[in-house]
Amino acid sequence: MSTTIFVPCDSSALSLGAEAVAKAITAEAARRGVALRLVRNGSRGMFWLEPLVEVETSEGRVAYGPVLAGDVEALFEARFWEGGPHPLRLGLTAEIPFLKRQERLTFARVGITDPISLDDYRAHDGYRGLRRALELKPAEIVREVTDSGLRGRGGAAFPTGIKWNTVLNAAGEQKYIVCNADEGDSGTFSDRMIMEGDPFVLIEGMTIAGLAVGATQGYIYLRCEYPHAHRALNAAIEAAYGAGYLGADILGSGHRFDLEVRLGAGAYVCGEETSLLESLEGKRGLVRYKPPLPAIQGLFGQPTIINNVISLASVPIILDRGAAYYRDFGMGRSRGTLPIQLAGNIKQTGLIEKAFGITLRELLYDYGGGSASGRPIRAVQVGGPLGAYLPESQFDVPLDYEAYAVIWAVLGHGGVVAFDDTVDMAKMARYAMEFCAVESCGKCTPCRIGSTRGTEVIDRIIVGARRGEQVALLRDLCDTMLNSSLCALGGMTPYPVLSALNHFPEDFGVDKADAA
Amino acid sequence: MSSQAWDHETVRSIVAGLKAKPGALLPVLHGIQDALGFVPPGAVPIIADELNLSRAEVHGVITFYHYFRDTPPGKHTIHLCRAESCQSMNAAGLEAHAKAQLGIDFHETTTDGTISLEPVYCLGNCACSPAIMVDHDVYGRVTPERFDAIVADLRSEK
Ligand SMILES: Cc1cc2nc3c(=O)[nH]c(=O)nc-3n(C[C@H](O)[C@H](O)[C@H](O)COP(=O)(O)O)c2cc1C
Ligand code: SF4
Ligand code: FES
Ligand code: FES
Repeated sequence: MSTTIFVPCDSSALSLGAEAVAKAITAEAARRGVALRLVRNGSRGMFWLEPLVEVETSEGRVAYGPVLAGDVEALFEARFWEGGPHPLRLGLTAEIPFLKRQERLTFARVGITDPISLDDYRAHDGYRGLRRALELKPAEIVREVTDSGLRGRGGAAFPTGIKWNTVLNAAGEQKYIVCNADEGDSGTFSDRMIMEGDPFVLIEGMTIAGLAVGATQGYIYLRCEYPHAHRALNAAIEAAYGAGYLGADILGSGHRFDLEVRLGAGAYVCGEETSLLESLEGKRGLVRYKPPLPAIQGLFGQPTIINNVISLASVPIILDRGAAYYRDFGMGRSRGTLPIQLAGNIKQTGLIEKAFGITLRELLYDYGGGSASGRPIRAVQVGGPLGAYLPESQFDVPLDYEAYAVIWAVLGHGGVVAFDDTVDMAKMARYAMEFCAVESCGKCTPCRIGSTRGTEVIDRIIVGARRGEQVALLRDLCDTMLNSSLCALGGMTPYPVLSALNHFPEDFGVDKADAA
Repeated sequence: MSSQAWDHETVRSIVAGLKAKPGALLPVLHGIQDALGFVPPGAVPIIADELNLSRAEVHGVITFYHYFRDTPPGKHTIHLCRAESCQSMNAAGLEAHAKAQLGIDFHETTTDGTISLEPVYCLGNCACSPAIMVDHDVYGRVTPERFDAIVADLRSEK
């Protein structure tokens, strides 16, 4: 009987040499005449251990990592395919504390299954949500999503069920489901991990959305920096068509749903939903005025659901297990789980799916093991380039949309980027302003002009010219950007800028008292 | 693609194959750049004609997106991530090293035509910062030594 070996095909694992490891294992197995079945799985999301090789044993899956191609011969000497002892042996994968303490709902299958095997997907509860949805009326599907408490995971945290209900009740000849897979935020990779590691769950979620509102066409707008995700999605879509999960007559129900992947072209602002729709229509990604909402007049002027990858990928489990099951995780008005991405200067980086309510301190130290450099962690940016920088005094605030709003911070798409004490926060503030200037779509003045002015002002603060006056000017500019930008690019750039100034005034050459 | 010469027929057949798609312009531009390595300015009238757009509209779209380029790239393109997570792991040091080693700035190509260097804003490899992408392959935890080894491989493969 042949043993099953898992070597991830996730692009972060590949970025550390997983392909060479897979090749070396195949070659060495052939040389020794050992019968192995090699599965290319997604990543478990423990990136300090990648490439993580797993072996199926009678006790469960045993992990070895980080494995380099040069370790493979020794692993064979140690009979790793039987779970043999070796310095890289980590024991049962499921018992590794980083993984064991998580609550994996949306990521239930990632790293476990072969991402593009439909049989594997179905063997691990896949397509149960769709089967249940096919027994429900559209309004009942929408109610299930509303009752789950799911809020959009793309950044704005808008209740998903309410958005769906608007599209359900909107009149239109052709409705659309659009998946926002632009994942532009630094420090985030959960969308990528889902698309590479379990693409069927996204396809299933979008199909359910189509049934819920009567949409027959879906598009996944994928950033062009994700070629592996592109390949995995296309392979999974083809398999889903082949087995009748997509197309004119989904599982013989008479319902149609077609799905296509479209590539972005490296514009951060195209993650903003209306800019994304413009881009899908083949135009420059200029942000649209709202109203009308995309739910009423979205893609090609038709009613459109636009949701983030994680929002849509959370729908199958909600339909399968029921709204209450999902809602029971979390705190306050933040229900369910959040896939948190721990990145930057951290020893143990990775994907942590947890119910809302965990704190940064737990993430950074219990999961992350502190900084990679061994120096103290000084600042943490949560929620991507438009998110605030948090100082250590805020590390105990629970990750919850409302609790973060109280400290003038955001969860965004769940990215956490840690910096050690060598960081210069005035530089980071300048970078945030400059980023806004470079990526601005140019439609509104506060963002287009304000960010360029802001960069100049920060430069003057850094060199120390009329500092007090310039700090006041910066605050004024930020006020204007906050209050009169058309979208959150201009509207939220003040978060990283002012949080850096307020919490780390010494880096700007300003006293705590003068900073205010 | 090392020369400015490009085949009009290739462009025409790509546009013809994709023009029926709703919102076809981005797929068309990707198709052309995949085939030629860039979108030649001379392709703009062909695209405009086939898609019933003005040349200004097509030009406006090409210039809006960072990814599309109107000059041929080197044999390989290295995208170096400049975003926050990579910065926290000294991407600035890697950037300085890369530029010095290759003798070029961003948006330039080495004199032997092997390597073009481009900045990129996040590769989704932030758990393994600093990150670069070489053509379609991502590399993580890229030290200066690892960068040099990658470049040496690219140069020796000729
Ligand atoms: C500048 C900017 C960039 C954004 N980038 C993304 C992105 O990459 N992915 C995403 O899902 N949402 C992004 N958003 C949020 C979207 O506008 C929108 O809120 C989201 O797609 C709605 O889906 P959700 O309700 O499922 O979160 C961005 C917003 C702004 C203002
Ligand atoms: S805030 Fe900036 S990106 Fe947003 S609409 Fe205005 S100019 Fe465009
Ligand atoms: S690859 Fe998209 S910006 Fe360069
Ligand atoms: S910040 Fe560099 S890969 Fe994400």
